[in-house]
Amino acid sequence: MEKEQLIKEINEVLVEEFEVEPEVITPDADIKQTLQLDSLSLVDMVALIESSFKVKIKGTEIAQLKTFGLLYDFIYERIEK
Amino acid sequence: MKRVVITGMGIYSCLGNGLDAVKESLYNGKSGIVFDPERKEMGFRSALTAKLDVPDLKKELSRNQRVYMPEQAKYAYVATAEALRNSNLDIDFLETQEVGLLYGNDSSAEAVMNSIDTMREKKDTTLIGSGGIFQSMNSTVTMNLACIFKLKGMNLTVSGACASGSHAIGLGTLLIRNGLQDIVVCGGAQEVNPYAVGSFDGISAFSTRESDPTKASRPFDRDRDGLVPGGGAATVIIESYESAIRRGAPILAEVCGYGFSSNGDHISVPNVDGPSRSLRMAIKDANIDIREIGYVNAHATSTPVGDRNEAKAIDNVFGDYKPEITSTKAMTGHEMWMAGASEVIYSMLMMKNDFIAPNINFENPDEDSAKLNIPAKRIIKHFDTFLSNSFGFGGTNSTLVIKNL
Repeated sequence: MEKEQLIKEINEVLVEEFEVEPEVITPDADIKQTLQLDSLSLVDMVALIESSFKVKIKGTEIAQLKTFGLLYDFIYERIEK
Repeated sequence: MKRVVITGMGIYSCLGNGLDAVKESLYNGKSGIVFDPERKEMGFRSALTAKLDVPDLKKELSRNQRVYMPEQAKYAYVATAEALRNSNLDIDFLETQEVGLLYGNDSSAEAVMNSIDTMREKKDTTLIGSGGIFQSMNSTVTMNLACIFKLKGMNLTVSGACASGSHAIGLGTLLIRNGLQDIVVCGGAQEVNPYAVGSFDGISAFSTRESDPTKASRPFDRDRDGLVPGGGAATVIIESYESAIRRGAPILAEVCGYGFSSNGDHISVPNVDGPSRSLRMAIKDANIDIREIGYVNAHATSTPVGDRNEAKAIDNVFGDYKPEITSTKAMTGHEMWMAGASEVIYSMLMMKNDFIAPNINFENPDEDSAKLNIPAKRIIKHFDTFLSNSFGFGGTNSTLVIKNL
């Protein structure tokens, strides 16, 4: 999949699940603050990404990604594999 | 011992969303029962149920608040928000004062099913979602209400089957009388979905009068053939008299008697002795002459045996004094874990508006109900004291006596 298409799809599922306005998701925005994630909702983000993009990831790995830009890279690398 | 008064009420019922809508339905003897074809497809013996829509709380609560709430917690939220408003209790007060919470709930079947289905299907527990565990527990309602409304006092779910909501109010009353809490948010909530009641349908407890849903729930009637499941949530805020006066709260009524007992008998079939003891204990606790009771809201669920034994118990206790007795379950079906609390509200609405709602579908008495004074049509009557019964599986009994103020 093209990275641009992937970014679009990632944003769509995050907007839908976390009920935020699309405009607030920018590459440099802080993920936890923007989506209002605490340790519990982080679990939901992991589950969402795993089931939407068919990748297996660890909560600890995702928790370390500060921005959406880093998240896109992270998922893109794993899909490529 | 402190006096305990009711300072707020709220309800989400098949009779309506909110006190005003419910009062209208009661006054007009409206039924909330429908035929749900989905249940037939699922293999139910009876597809009858109360009709209730799950409220959409997106505008009122954030995603992070809603994710832990199963259906019945949403009903409880709406009912509690109304009660707190009516009681003039705002979030600033709740955050700084110690207000307790005792709410009846005894299942969370659909949430449990969803979590386990995901686990079995995906063989991966992380896919269940963070809401799973919190939605699945019996204490889901009190967990959610305590966090959303920032309640800082007692925080406990009362599980006593169909007597849960009544026991919640009774136990809250004991806390306040003994000076352990000034204010307690009490109530009962009940999920309304096929998964919660499939096993109940499976023991042939439900009426199969599917051709005429609004006539199926007929407590005390000779031709009753079983109960109809229902649900929603009802909140009753109780408070010490001093606290109510101090903060200028509306004082609606006094909880003057709480009686309880256990049958120590069959797990589902009630006897006469247990309920009789609960009634007598409540009346004694209220310290009133039985003739002051102007209305009895019976537990009567429209089962052949249950209604018969309650009629006998009431006849034993009341003797030749015959106040009006009805079961509002004729209109609502059996609201189960919600019932004890909702029936206090239905009775309060009648008491405050000088009427007794009809025991609809009471067309012919049986040998036992013939001894009672059961109005099949609405009665216009002023009364100042009522008694409400709730009896549950396992033989748990609860009775409340409430006086107008």
